[in-house]
Amino acid sequence: MAKRNGNAQGATGGDGLRQELVAHLREQRESLRQMWVQQMTAKGLLAGLSKQEIETESITIYDTCVGCLATGQYESAQVYATNMAERGVLRGMTSEQIIGGLLTLRDVYGRSLAERYQRDLARLSAAFDVYEPVANKILSIVALAFIEEREKVVREQQVAIRELSTPVLQVRDRLLILPIVGIIDSVRARQITEQLLRSIRSARAKVVVIDVTGVPNVDSRVAGHLVQTVDAARLLGARVIVSGIAPEIAQTLVTIGVDLTKMNTVGDLQGGLDEADRLLGYTVVKMDGAATASQG
Amino acid sequence: MRVPILKQGTYLIATVQAGATDTDFLKLREDLLAMVGTIRARGVIIDVTALDVLDSFASRSLKSLAQMVKLRGADTVIVGIQPEVAFAMIQLGLTLPGIATALDLEEGLLTLRERERERKARAHDS
Repeated sequence: MAKRNGNAQGATGGDGLRQELVAHLREQRESLRQMWVQQMTAKGLLAGLSKQEIETESITIYDTCVGCLATGQYESAQVYATNMAERGVLRGMTSEQIIGGLLTLRDVYGRSLAERYQRDLARLSAAFDVYEPVANKILSIVALAFIEEREKVVREQQVAIRELSTPVLQVRDRLLILPIVGIIDSVRARQITEQLLRSIRSARAKVVVIDVTGVPNVDSRVAGHLVQTVDAARLLGARVIVSGIAPEIAQTLVTIGVDLTKMNTVGDLQGGLDEADRLLGYTVVKMDGAATASQG
Repeated sequence: MRVPILKQGTYLIATVQAGATDTDFLKLREDLLAMVGTIRARGVIIDVTALDVLDSFASRSLKSLAQMVKLRGADTVIVGIQPEVAFAMIQLGLTLPGIATALDLEEGLLTLRERERERKARAHDS
C-alpha cells in the first residue's frame, strides 16, 4: 500500500533496476520510515494511534511495499490491506488517514529516488517507470479494500435495520399487529407485505392491525403500498385495520385525493385493537380488584 | 383435467389441481353452476392451495364464477391462496374485489356458515 523507489548506479534493464531500487529502499529503511512517520504526524494523520502502533504498522507497511516491488506479487499487500481495512473501519479511522498516509509514503519514496538519481535524469526516469506502476497498484489495492469494507458494513447494517424494522406481533389468538416505523419505500413495502403474508398463514390470523403512527410521511405512493398490502392480506382471508394516521396526514391524503375508503381505518392503535376485538368477538372486561390482587 | 367437485351438506367444494389450464377453469365454472342448481347448494368453496400462480384469466374466471353463483343463490369463498401467489396477484392488480377469501378450507366453511347465519338473521328481522 505504498510505493518504493530506489536509486542505483550501473544497473541495466528493468529487472536490474528493480533490484537496485529494492536494495536502496532496504538500505535506507530506517531514515525513510522515520521521515514518513514525521510527515504524517505533521499532517495530523496519525491522530488516535499509539507510538507502539505507529512503529509496528509503519514497519509492516514499509516492508510489505518493498516486498511488492521486489517480487512483483501483490497478494501480501492485498491481505494486509483487507486486514487493515477491517481493523481501521472498526476503529473509526478515516479514509483521509489511510489514503493520506500512503500518499505521504509515496512522496517520501519519490523524493528519495529523485535525490539518488539527480545526476542521471535518464536513469531517474527509468527508475520511476519501475516504481510508479507498483506504487499506483498498491494505492488502488488499499483504496478498494477500504471502500469494500465500508460497503460491507453498510450492507450488513441495511440487513439488520430491515429485520428490526418489521416485527409482526401476535397479541391474541388470530390477531396480529404490524407496527411500521420509518419511511416506506417500494423495497420495504414488498418486504413488509411478504412478511405479513407469511405471518398470517403461520398464525392463522383473521385480523391484522397495521399501525402507521411511526411513518413520518404518507403520500400517494405510500398509500398505494398500504392498499396493496391490505389487498394481499385479504386474499389470504385476513381483515386489515389501519391505525395511527395522524390528523395532518389525513388532511394531506384527502387533499391530494388518495382514496382510502376501501380500507378500514381507525385513529390510534387502541382503537385498532378495540375494532379487532369486535371483529373477533372478544370483549375486554375489567375485573374488580384485579389491580390490588396482582400487586399483593 | 376436470376439477373434481365434492358435495358436503349444502356446500360444494372444488379443489383446483396444480397446472390447471384456462379450459379447466371454464369447465369448472360450467360444472359448478349446474351443480349449484341440482343439489340446491348454499355455498361454494374453491380451493386453490395447489396453485403456484393465479394469472389474470384465472382471476377473472373466479370473479365471474362467484358472481354467477351469487345469481344462482349461493355464496362463494376462495380459499388457500399462497402468500407468494397473493403477492404476485397484487403486483398485477388482481385483487378479486367483492369476493370472499379465507385462509384454508376450514376457514372457508366457517365463513360460509357465518354468512348463512347473517342471512337468516336478516330474514328474521325483516
